[in-house]
Amino acid sequence: MWLIMTLAAAVITTAVWYIKSPNDKYKLGFLSLMFWGASIMWLVDHVIAYLQEGGEFLEINQDATLLGISVIIFGLLVWEIVLLASDPKGVIKKALTK
Amino acid sequence: MACFLVVAGEAVVTTVVQKTVEKKEKQQGIKADNTSGISWGRKLGWLNKMLWGGTALLALEHVWHGEVVPWWPFLTAMENPDDIAPMLHEMATIGTAMAITVTAIWAVMVLIADAKFKSSARANNIGAGA
Repeated sequence: MWLIMTLAAAVITTAVWYIKSPNDKYKLGFLSLMFWGASIMWLVDHVIAYLQEGGEFLEINQDATLLGISVIIFGLLVWEIVLLASDPKGVIKKALTK
Repeated sequence: MACFLVVAGEAVVTTVVQKTVEKKEKQQGIKADNTSGISWGRKLGWLNKMLWGGTALLALEHVWHGEVVPWWPFLTAMENPDDIAPMLHEMATIGTAMAITVTAIWAVMVLIADAKFKSSARANNIGAGA
């Protein structure tokens, strides 16, 4: 389930990045690449596990859904930290020098 | 178990390579998106974002499943000698496959970006010449 949710996050953030492009002031390119990286890695993991062990390709239950939500929140958190650290609008700098 | 560590290892190497390349490009006066093409520093930046981002999110999944813990030896598989061999096997198979796939997709991305850049530069030259 977390694979599907991360993949959805990657597709949505890529669409938003494209709409806002060429301006990438808010580092949406970074956010989408982060979700794409994780999606590719989980896809490989799921495919190999399916080929080796069989069974269900996707785990669909409450725990897997909660993990998917946590992964997206964590990805957004990492992006937000990077965004605030780079401070492209200079908001933090202005607030600190007030 | 610890497959994401292989990708993390690759990310460390590619980050060092990116920093070195960027330093050289800065000395040569090459900008991130100059007229002769997209700089390698920028292209390696895409790969690093995918590798580090994937590593961070997979690390969270491993913590969620109890495979990574905040105390020594950090990997639960390391606590039991019987689990060490399967963990290393998983790293060698799944971890390597993950790293190769991400890198291969990045290589395709670079080829497409370069082709797009060249075609748009050619169109601009024709437009400017007309």
